[in-house]
Amino acid sequence: MKSITVNRATLGAGAAVGVAALTFSGCVANVSTTSADGVLTVTSTADACTVSSNTTTSGNTTFQITNSGTQTTEFYLLSSDGLRIVAEKENIAPGSNAELTVSLQPGDYFTACKPGMRGENVGETAFTVTGEAVELAGEDAELLSTAVSDYLNFVKNEVAELQPEVAKFAQTYAEGDDATARDLFATTRVHYERIEPIAEALGVLDPRIDYREIDYLAEAEALAKDDETFTQWLGFHRMEKDLWVPAKDAVQPDGTSAWDGWEPSTAAERKVLADTLVSDVNKLYETVNADDFSSAQGVDIATVSNGASGLLEEIAVGKVTGEEDWWSHTDLYDFQANLQGSRVAFELVAPIAERKSETGKELVASITSEFDKLQAQLDEYGSLKDGYVSYDTVTRDQQRELVDQIDATREPLSKLTNAVLGIN
Amino acid sequence: MSNPPTPESPRDSESEVSADRTVPVETPAAPGLSRRGLLALGGGVGLAVGAVAGGITGIAVTKNNSSSAAELEYSFYGEHQSGIITPAQDRMHFAAFDMRDDATRDDLISLLQDWSYATSRMMMGLDVSAKGAFRGGPYLPPEDTGEASGLGPSGLTITFGFGRSLFRSDDGTDRFGLAAQLPEDFTDLPTMVNDFIQPARSGGDLCVQACSNDPQVAVHAIRNLTRIAFGRAQLKWSQLGFGRTSSTSTAQDTPRNLFGQKDGTNNLKAEEPDRLTENVWITDGPAWSHGGSYLVARRIAMTIEVWDGVQLQEQDRVLGRDKESGAPLSGGTEFTAPDFAATDDGGKLLIDIRSHVARTHPENNDGIAMLRRGYNYVDGNDDTGRLDAGLFFIAFVNQPDRFAAVHTNMARDDMFVEYLKTTSSSVFVVPGGIGESEYVGQSLFEA
Repeated sequence: MKSITVNRATLGAGAAVGVAALTFSGCVANVSTTSADGVLTVTSTADACTVSSNTTTSGNTTFQITNSGTQTTEFYLLSSDGLRIVAEKENIAPGSNAELTVSLQPGDYFTACKPGMRGENVGETAFTVTGEAVELAGEDAELLSTAVSDYLNFVKNEVAELQPEVAKFAQTYAEGDDATARDLFATTRVHYERIEPIAEALGVLDPRIDYREIDYLAEAEALAKDDETFTQWLGFHRMEKDLWVPAKDAVQPDGTSAWDGWEPSTAAERKVLADTLVSDVNKLYETVNADDFSSAQGVDIATVSNGASGLLEEIAVGKVTGEEDWWSHTDLYDFQANLQGSRVAFELVAPIAERKSETGKELVASITSEFDKLQAQLDEYGSLKDGYVSYDTVTRDQQRELVDQIDATREPLSKLTNAVLGIN
Repeated sequence: MSNPPTPESPRDSESEVSADRTVPVETPAAPGLSRRGLLALGGGVGLAVGAVAGGITGIAVTKNNSSSAAELEYSFYGEHQSGIITPAQDRMHFAAFDMRDDATRDDLISLLQDWSYATSRMMMGLDVSAKGAFRGGPYLPPEDTGEASGLGPSGLTITFGFGRSLFRSDDGTDRFGLAAQLPEDFTDLPTMVNDFIQPARSGGDLCVQACSNDPQVAVHAIRNLTRIAFGRAQLKWSQLGFGRTSSTSTAQDTPRNLFGQKDGTNNLKAEEPDRLTENVWITDGPAWSHGGSYLVARRIAMTIEVWDGVQLQEQDRVLGRDKESGAPLSGGTEFTAPDFAATDDGGKLLIDIRSHVARTHPENNDGIAMLRRGYNYVDGNDDTGRLDAGLFFIAFVNQPDRFAAVHTNMARDDMFVEYLKTTSSSVFVVPGGIGESEYVGQSLFEA
């Protein structure tokens, strides 16, 4: 097995993980498209959409479009069923020119224009791309499989880090050493939060390890059906509530009373909860280290790419509202862990997107810039090494800024999978 | 009833539909290119597509045909922005945005370009982009959120405005190199009686007023423009409105506000070009602002539960009009000019000098008039079980000071004010209209 190769900068120098710097040795620019760039001209008028040729060879093709009509026009390359827009150039003013460059796969397409931007397509014409499929070859193909295996290694590494830390945390909790347990709670969770989308795909493991009380209560019956040993609220968050005992008048995130149907776990209960968490994390370790893990879970490049988006969604939905760590207010640790997990996945996929097209390059630059801004904002509240401020001291205005930057990052990141898998 | 509904309501007549387009277009987009001229003359954006042109004709006669109503369409382009003298639609979603702290002038320009393109499409009833809601392939989130698909433009207009802070921040920073372009006339409103202004739902760097006859179309517009702004600008506050409270065309019936009164009988109308020039369109100050207007938005909460217990004759006295017919208490019909000197047999003024009509009438305000375009709102209820209801007041004026003068005169001792509480107050300058291939506010950035 290749050593874990994840960017140290991404995880932060202070992160408690000993990972080597990520290097794609020998990874140099490599033009992988199979044919010379083709240039075609397109003339759009009120009733015609004339392309200089109705066929070309695969690879990079540039359409030079002239709008000779009197209305704003658009040029589309449509899929063979005429429905999906494979590539488009929008908003071309009358009398002006525009260029569309696209990496074309062999196959049947249609070209069409839309003067006035609505109604039936004008001049919809069959367009054929011949030649060899544009494939990631050589180092590019290697990059793809490396990205997947590196991500799997990253996941395995985080779970391996999680195991001893959970054991220690569980032990102090069971022994009633609450002060130490409270100190360990947030940093232990970091390893779990970095790989949350993977863990969430593993049946009842995530509900057993990471469900909040209100989530458990809402699904208790269904969970007991899925797993007959799952008959009480378990995991990190139950232990959290024992460690940060709520005031008598405190409420849950859903407004119900904190003490309604709850009381602090007894010493005997603590022992059971501690042992269960350790055993569930051991199960997680076995699962991700199983030989067939990748194939059983269908882990591919899209899993990695979507994992990047998924973790940001976790932040947007649960962390930024303060609902995740409702009693400990350690949400910013989870926030940072999700962000790191997202960035690791992104950085593994980014080189592929960059090598696919100019659009991919621009996208990666844009995502990188937004990630940097988000990290800089989070850094204002602390670090994993030195600790983060309690989330209940983060004001509404500050939350608003964070939400804004998360949205700003999610928007370009949502296009990453397409840049890796899509044609353009 | 004094106002029986007519079989062919003027609201749906052809004159209404074309009212917004009969304004002469002064600046054709390019020599020899007279699409907008054709629009002005022909009244049909649908020239390019027969079905839409037919739809516009159809709406004049088939009032109850919802598919025709859905096809009602206004042009994004023209001398003035749409959504000002456009016959007031039934629904509104208004939103204010702040530019992000790290946003540059280029970000602002690119945002306005992207907004303009998306708007040009949405006002035609199209998705925000060609790929839109369904056609971008499986690996991308759809570019359009999809909920307005198939609803048609439904008379959608989208109007953009700039807040004072866009030109100069409160701390004096010139973030976008626009400080020199801040019009002298662009002043803040003074604090008025019963102002309980909440800063979080007031002001903003940019505003977008989306009006449509279908609420989902208006909300779709704001939602998608907000999404397009991610990374450049952030939604600061927004307000939904239902039930227009003003007519902006003589072809429209006067609607009623939540006090049950006909509101805006004396409003400025699209058919009064001279009065619009005098009161609404900006003609002074920086050239880029000419043809624009100032949008004053005030969220005015009404204590409707208290009002509802007021006797009819007192309700009439407070307004200065007969509640049912809308006629001034000095006599006549709804559109009869009020006679503020008229008295009863005992010599008492028929229209109380503290009535709303007396305080706000141009005759008593140095001739100042405004184009009102507000909407009723109900945002659920408060924790005492009273409806959180009122008027989202919007007025277009050519100087904020002129609005302030009338409003101050009203607020001082208008009997109405007792039932009102203003919770949000904003002023935006709405730049003039644009031609095709231009973006909204372009002349400001080229000034």
